[in-house]
Amino acid sequence: MMMLTALAEKIGIADAGIVALLGYGVVFLGLILLLIVVAILGKAFTSGNKKAEKEPESAPAPAPVVQEPQLAPGSAGQLKLHDVPPKTAAMLMAIVADKMGKPLNELRFISIKEVK
Amino acid sequence: MSINVGEILLNLWNDSGFAAIFSGFLSSGGWQNLVMIIIACVLLYLGIVKQFEPLLLVGIAFGCLLSNLPSAGLYNQELWTNFMDANHEAYHSYGVIMREGGLLDIFYIGVKAGLYPCLIFMGVGAMTDFGPLLSNPKSLLLGAAAQLGVFAAFFGAVAMGFTGSEAASIGIIGGADGPTAIFLTTQLAPHLLGAIAVAAYSYMALIPLIQPPFMKMLTTAEQRKIKMVQTRTVSKTEKIIFPILVTVFVALLLPDTAPLIGCLMLGNLFRETGVTDRLSDTVQNALMNIVTILLSTAVGATMVGSTFLTAETLKIVVLGVCAFVLSTCGGLIGGVVMCKLTGGKVNPLIGSAGVSAVPMAARVANKEGQKANPANFLLMHAMGPNVAGVIGSAIAAGFLLSVFG
Repeated sequence: MMMLTALAEKIGIADAGIVALLGYGVVFLGLILLLIVVAILGKAFTSGNKKAEKEPESAPAPAPVVQEPQLAPGSAGQLKLHDVPPKTAAMLMAIVADKMGKPLNELRFISIKEVK
Repeated sequence: MSINVGEILLNLWNDSGFAAIFSGFLSSGGWQNLVMIIIACVLLYLGIVKQFEPLLLVGIAFGCLLSNLPSAGLYNQELWTNFMDANHEAYHSYGVIMREGGLLDIFYIGVKAGLYPCLIFMGVGAMTDFGPLLSNPKSLLLGAAAQLGVFAAFFGAVAMGFTGSEAASIGIIGGADGPTAIFLTTQLAPHLLGAIAVAAYSYMALIPLIQPPFMKMLTTAEQRKIKMVQTRTVSKTEKIIFPILVTVFVALLLPDTAPLIGCLMLGNLFRETGVTDRLSDTVQNALMNIVTILLSTAVGATMVGSTFLTAETLKIVVLGVCAFVLSTCGGLIGGVVMCKLTGGKVNPLIGSAGVSAVPMAARVANKEGQKANPANFLLMHAMGPNVAGVIGSAIAAGFLLSVFG
């Protein structure tokens, strides 16, 4: 503790160099260890998801039911939404219209699908 | 008893700041306060007209203006000098501050106790999506590489004659993280708080000007054109586990970082749980705004002429910009190394976002990437190193606090 107090008051160039290198090393060490932990967490989740995807294949599954994508309300049956909530779809259409500089009622959207 | 109007008017005049100005104020060191009032007006101009970090700079500038007005008594430097003097009866006595201090002294208690920076960090956590970092954990290395400026500036500050504690506080400017810089400086070198806060926030506002030349210098045109592939989708459960995991892990590794990381991750947990939306909203908006007002005016109040107008302030300004530049270079060098190791799959520009400054640094990386290749969208890839930089600078602060605290 006495040494640390002394460091806080006056510190030589050589000591400063050691503290700087040590500090940079500690930051790297801390984040590398965190990287390992996060990578393990990610692997655990991705492998868990893959298992969950494979399981229905092995089980004697009932006859596959092809579900039509949900039709967006108020779209006169034109626009099909694939795993996209209507609110998000509305926002996306507004952004596209804005970027293209055209009014929304002059554009025709056929389907919106989330890229996974 | 009759009222003596003349005496009342005379007392009013004697109590006024104008009387102070005409009775030797300027010759007894008051000129420094006058210079600080001019500096406050310049900072107000930069905040309001040029929009340099206006949410903070306007408050800092106005705090500076208030504390330098003669006779106003809103901030009393000597109370805080006594507060830090182990031989004085007011040593570490918040009671004395509450009893004798002005309004800005009372605001400053929250800075001194480390309350405001931690609450700001909670808001930052609630506004941050760690998804890009979780989908590409290698970003953490770029966040670490971009702390180069912290330790290089620390070394430079010692070489320029600062003490270890002061050098540590100056170095953390390179972390490009205002709350962390304020938190560390309050603990280690409170007399430098005004200069360090102004330098940190001013340079953060200047990131779009500071970084691009070094981005071009350290990367080739071909490297800047690299398009990065889309990363995996991160599940909600991962996002909920992450803040808990980081808090436990980092607080065990560096306990001095616990207040900052704990608040950052608590805010993020509010955001991700999906059952604390009201708290997340409060932390992101109402609380963040209130604390920003208190923090900025209190920090500005510490810019008193006698402590600010020194050669040290000029050195801090120079060291601060060096810290920013070196942190940017550190991140870019990390990015170039990662680009080579992955066979050209990583665009090295995202390394520059490893300095915290969320999300400005990531936006600059995206913009420079699009200049090289208009079809290049680096924003989400740059957000990974960007949020890693927040954790990295908190770890750097924790290390410096454990050595010099």
